[in-house]
Amino acid sequence: MSIPASSRQSAPASVPRLSPRARRTLSSLGWGVLSIGLFAGIWEALWALGLVNPLLLPPPHMFLSDLGRTLTFFDHEARRIGSQGSGGAIAGLLTTIGWTSFRVIVGLGLGFVAGVGVGAMIHYVRLFRNLVQPLILLLAPISPVAWLPVAIFVFGVGDVPAIFLVFITVFFMIVLATVSQISSVPKNYLHVARIMGATERQTFWRVILPAILPSLFMTLRLNLFAAWMVVLIAESVGVGIGLGQITSMARATFNAKLVFFTMVIIGVLGFSFDWALRKVQQKMLWWIQPGQGGI
Amino acid sequence: MARPALSLRNVGKVWSPEGRQTVEALRDFSLDVEPGEFVVFLGPSGCGKSTLLYMIAGLEETTSGVIEQDGMVVTEPSAERGLIFQDASLFPWLTIADNVAFGLSVQGVLPQKRKEQAESILRSVGLSDMLDKKPDELSGGMRQRAACARALAMRPKVLMMDEPFAALDVQTRAKMQDFLLQIWQDSKASIILVTHSIDEAVSLADRVVVFTARPGRVKTIVPIDLPRPRMSRDPRYHEYRDMFADLLADEVDRAFAEQEAR
Repeated sequence: MSIPASSRQSAPASVPRLSPRARRTLSSLGWGVLSIGLFAGIWEALWALGLVNPLLLPPPHMFLSDLGRTLTFFDHEARRIGSQGSGGAIAGLLTTIGWTSFRVIVGLGLGFVAGVGVGAMIHYVRLFRNLVQPLILLLAPISPVAWLPVAIFVFGVGDVPAIFLVFITVFFMIVLATVSQISSVPKNYLHVARIMGATERQTFWRVILPAILPSLFMTLRLNLFAAWMVVLIAESVGVGIGLGQITSMARATFNAKLVFFTMVIIGVLGFSFDWALRKVQQKMLWWIQPGQGGI
Repeated sequence: MARPALSLRNVGKVWSPEGRQTVEALRDFSLDVEPGEFVVFLGPSGCGKSTLLYMIAGLEETTSGVIEQDGMVVTEPSAERGLIFQDASLFPWLTIADNVAFGLSVQGVLPQKRKEQAESILRSVGLSDMLDKKPDELSGGMRQRAACARALAMRPKVLMMDEPFAALDVQTRAKMQDFLLQIWQDSKASIILVTHSIDEAVSLADRVVVFTARPGRVKTIVPIDLPRPRMSRDPRYHEYRDMFADLLADEVDRAFAEQEAR
């Protein structure tokens, strides 16, 4: 009663009404900005106090401000390595990102499909299982990076060894996940399929595959970052253009600004890939509630 | 007399897991089920009643004896012998309508036709609002009704249920029993219901088959001579209930004694 009517009305009006969902998004965005801002701020402060050498660890404002020059290193047509690019600018940057992303996507896709296929064969074909499973168990723990020389011996220098390394990164994990998940499909699902008269093939495509798909997607997502790591390593040993090649070249020419700029790009890309894969996952696994099953 | 819908002759089952002692689950079990009859299997847990159900369904092989449906030996599963599980086992990646249409779809019924059939069956079980829902969005009782609809879509001659209401609360369970009598009368299928609830047996069955403790055998077969709907206030209902309680108590005692002797 003592509160004036005007202030009572103006209070809610000053805060825009947002749906709880929008508020959640906004809040997590805010925390994200704060988190990154804090990190950059400390870095900048250390530079301002003269505690870090800007030649070795240039703070964000330095490697982000000199964009025009940095971008000249991203070469959009040439497949050459050197301290000077052809000045590809934005188009060059996008081409480079495009090539690296292409290798990751193709490698992930092939690895996923082949992994599920081989996993299913191991489950269904006894001879195949006896012959292949021990080999898979032996090869799976080998770091994908160790395959790099093999990839170059066999495929030479080019796109294929990079794609191959990404493939290797996901392939074994998907095979192992497929084998273990198929055997843990609820027995009653299979009973229902048998009673309804489904053939083996129908049972696989309509019951087993959808039943194991959620955990296969989870496996794929967990190995996405590893795929990003190996593609950069493969590119750094020379497969033409790519982000890995840029970092390698930047290191060789002592271009710290370029190193950090590329790192930012790689970070943003890795994050976007995970986000995109999560969206695909939500679309394909429509029956799973968000917040469950790792979505 | 008409041929029985289902005929079990001297059926036995021995589990022999690798490296462990063999277990005799069922011995010398014989029973005829008439077309349209409602039979309840009642027995202590571990008496082999679910095993027998799986063998009738064709999901497990018999160790000895023969199971015939309409004079044909059962060798593999068939949609003519539908089986409903305690956990409903609907596929979470299909809508309720698609779950119900699953059997029709693997048998090659065209989409338009199976949609119509699924809808009409779901209407008959009172789930016409739930066509496009996910199984997760349904309550336990509704899921069990959808599972019934999925089995009924295949027009089974025999509908088997493995403790279908055990996971439901008491009120839902009573509703589901009414519902079950309704679909039994509509579908004219024989029903075999496995339970360890005496009340369920007395309120539903034409005949109750009481199992002995392991190895499961027919202890006795009791026809329930009460008109439907059955009232639990009816003194005769109580007589049946007391009788089954005594019969089961014997078997539970024996099962315990056997376990202690080991």
